[in-house]
Amino acid sequence: MSIDAPSHLDLPEHVRRFPFPFPHDRYMYSVNVEPGRNPSQTAAGRWGERILEVDGFYLQDLEARAAVLDRDPSRAAQMSHMRPGVWGALHLVLTELAVTYPEWMAYERHGDRCRWTNRLQQLQTDFIVGADYSLPEGPLRFLSTQVQDDFALLNLREGALWLDAGVITFAADWSMGFDVGLPFSEIHGPVPRAADLGVIDRAEQFLLNLQPGDPYRRTNWTMTVDRRMDTSTESYPEWAQDRSLVVTDPALPDRLHLRVEVQHLIKVPTTGDLLFLVRTHLLSLRELAAVPAWGRRLAEVLRTLPEDLADYKGIARYRDAAARWLQEADAA
Amino acid sequence: MTSEVLTAYRRPLPLRRGLELVVREVRTESLGVCSVVLERESRGPLPEYVPGSHVLVECAAPTGTTVNAYSLTGSGNSPVDYAISVQFRAGGTGGSAFIHGLVPGDRVQVSLPRNGFAPTATATHHVLVAGGIGITPVLSHAEAAVRWGRPFTVLYGYRDGSAPHLERMRRLCGERLVECVGREALARQLTESLRRQPMGTHLYVCGSGSLTDATLQTARDFGWPEGRLHHEVFDTVALDPGEPFTVRLARSGGELPVPSGVSLLEALEVEGIGVPNLCRQGVCGECRLSVTAGTPVHRDSFLSPAEKSSNTCLMPCVSRSEGPILEVDL
Repeated sequence: MSIDAPSHLDLPEHVRRFPFPFPHDRYMYSVNVEPGRNPSQTAAGRWGERILEVDGFYLQDLEARAAVLDRDPSRAAQMSHMRPGVWGALHLVLTELAVTYPEWMAYERHGDRCRWTNRLQQLQTDFIVGADYSLPEGPLRFLSTQVQDDFALLNLREGALWLDAGVITFAADWSMGFDVGLPFSEIHGPVPRAADLGVIDRAEQFLLNLQPGDPYRRTNWTMTVDRRMDTSTESYPEWAQDRSLVVTDPALPDRLHLRVEVQHLIKVPTTGDLLFLVRTHLLSLRELAAVPAWGRRLAEVLRTLPEDLADYKGIARYRDAAARWLQEADAA
Repeated sequence: MTSEVLTAYRRPLPLRRGLELVVREVRTESLGVCSVVLERESRGPLPEYVPGSHVLVECAAPTGTTVNAYSLTGSGNSPVDYAISVQFRAGGTGGSAFIHGLVPGDRVQVSLPRNGFAPTATATHHVLVAGGIGITPVLSHAEAAVRWGRPFTVLYGYRDGSAPHLERMRRLCGERLVECVGREALARQLTESLRRQPMGTHLYVCGSGSLTDATLQTARDFGWPEGRLHHEVFDTVALDPGEPFTVRLARSGGELPVPSGVSLLEALEVEGIGVPNLCRQGVCGECRLSVTAGTPVHRDSFLSPAEKSSNTCLMPCVSRSEGPILEVDL
């Protein structure tokens, strides 16, 4: 085992904070959940001490989300019975932001009257919990303007979890409009092998038993061409062909990104709904290869990934080219 | 409502991870029922909770410390105090006597709120049935239902002169409250009410065991689906601290004690023996250890039944030992 030179202090912040997701050379689905706020060491630095991460892409990501929502309002969806859950989620997220970033954010609440301050957006707004009219765009959309995370709310009833509200603008090839109103088990139906491995059932069982105040997290990953946040099913025609074109593009190491989702799972205290936060991080192969242990690990994962998983993740066309470039970069 | 959940006392995890609160107020609610209002010493906000939640309360009784579960009577929205109401029971293990003996300024250890009796978001209507002190979680439900404009009806059965929170229920519910004085009146009203309810109505009941059974049976007789029937369940699974045992390390030869209330994984970590782990709840499979001698008590949901019965592996984050010694491959 070789040791990376301690040059990682020279690496940019977003590399040092990147949630590199592979503990092993081979990847397979598992219920890879762990307590939230656990610092996680990587070869380049660390991540995970906080639930909500505000970074250098904050304004850029929020602008991208607003543009997606303008084009396609169906990315925000809420069933009528989710009003209490959405307000509960907003309160939870604003509280967490203010505690994590007191230099930028402040949240005051007296009874149901609230004041929210966000200096990164030169924003100060007053609203009343439970009164949808008190926020011009309503609590669901407002929440999506304050955090880089996409989010979904799952309602617990009849012993199952139902995706009944959320704003998903940066989906990794799935569709909020399609999945809203479906139970957890059906949403995960297309994931190859996962059901046979018992992963879906165990994950749902775990989520059903989650207690408020006990945030958990997991990572998921795929790859994306360019720094494109919106790779939803709806925008498929815009990005699908890049997956073939990139294979022969000399700019492949700069265009191809490892896409990691840090997903947090938190019970909304007032309703018991499950808040599912999805924060997307992108790192190009070239940036990744600057950390030799990461480059080698990802090359191995891509080389050994079973065909059906590569197909499902949509990386089958270019994964060999990506692994080859990483191996060559490591040898150089 | 109350239920005794533990007699031989070791402070269980939910209480260790709970809150130390101060008694602000004690008042008599009705004959034999007192309400206790608890707050933080700082008077700061307390964790919010789902309507119908309960807290576990550590009760120091002369015969030993016990842990009782008591429903919270607020809506759960942005609370600055937790209020419970407790019926005095002469023959109990001393929990209710402890609560009734509290005075302002006393300190009490409570768990974070837990819930097994949450409203159903998609219900078209809630029928909430309470008998006597069983009104406490129903009060919490009614508070939240009024707040969010959810349609509901309360059937409140009580004995004449002993109806905790009756005035508050009347003010809160208005015509949505149906009062039944005595067991028979409540039974007649149940038959009347459960016979005709709109599609999508959910039934919630809290009271004595016999009231709960009778209510659920009446509903079933009228063809209510099981999924729409709810009764209060106090979650006690997480409480079981297990028996102490000794773990023997097969490869390094050492032995370590695993006290009651401490997981095998924690006991190993204390001695600097790290086992890779993620969820610490027996679902992810990451911390699996090979067992080389002894019989595990499996409490996880990861291993298959065949793996469990083979006695060759266990998940140390939740599982323990059947006998005094368990040997693992470390």
